[in-house]
Amino acid sequence: MPNILMSNLEVIPGRRIKSHLGMVQGSTVRAKHAGKDILASLKNLVGGELKAYTELMQEAREEATERMTQQAVSIGANAVLNIRYTTTAVTMGAAEILAYGTAVILE
Amino acid sequence: MEFILNYIELLLFLFLLALGFFAGRFLEQRHYRSIRKREKALAKVLTFAIRFPPNMVERQDCRLVSGTVVISSDYFKQFIAGLRNLVGGRFRSYETLLDRARREAILRMKEDAHRAGYYLIVNVKLENTSIGRQGATPSFELFAYGTALKPSQAI
Repeated sequence: MPNILMSNLEVIPGRRIKSHLGMVQGSTVRAKHAGKDILASLKNLVGGELKAYTELMQEAREEATERMTQQAVSIGANAVLNIRYTTTAVTMGAAEILAYGTAVILE
Repeated sequence: MEFILNYIELLLFLFLLALGFFAGRFLEQRHYRSIRKREKALAKVLTFAIRFPPNMVERQDCRLVSGTVVISSDYFKQFIAGLRNLVGGRFRSYETLLDRARREAILRMKEDAHRAGYYLIVNVKLENTSIGRQGATPSFELFAYGTALKPSQAI
């Protein structure tokens, strides 16, 4: 992952924004693994954390974040501010994860 | 034997209901114990939902931290929720489910910050997504994220 400053704050304490480069975003749609789905349906009987899904969501979110930061780097930013995440279940077994923020150049 | 075969569906239902009730309750209590213990251990990591960090934060690079958990309801809770749907009112079994999932997500976010040496998280956002299939036991994803900062003085 490109190593640039990321934050969901609008202003970073002690840092001045030199220029705004506009919005950057990254998204990914992930589906569940059928085998893991069967295990999860067993786990559904007793409840509790579905570890396989937690990992899946985490990986997906990292992927979306990486795409967003790559876009930011490609337009010459050194930071992404005001990052937001949204998650939507698009079909039965798949979710879309979107990360977006504002690419800026900090002093 | 004939009795069992005649009532196999009912017996299976009762078995799943009992399994959901006992195993689900055991797992929930164990999870709550673990949450309380870790919340105490991580009490020094402060979290705020404020958008602008306080003045005591010196010029430091910040870091996006997050925690996520996918949690599932159990068979018993789902059954009770089905009954509850008829009369309305409080879904107590789901309240505890979502409460512990949310606390778990916040704890994971705090652990993420703590590992990297940060003790202050501002602008915390919480997100809740239902990811269950239709007809299946509902499961939820709870996601917490925020910006970790380093305060310049001890607080």
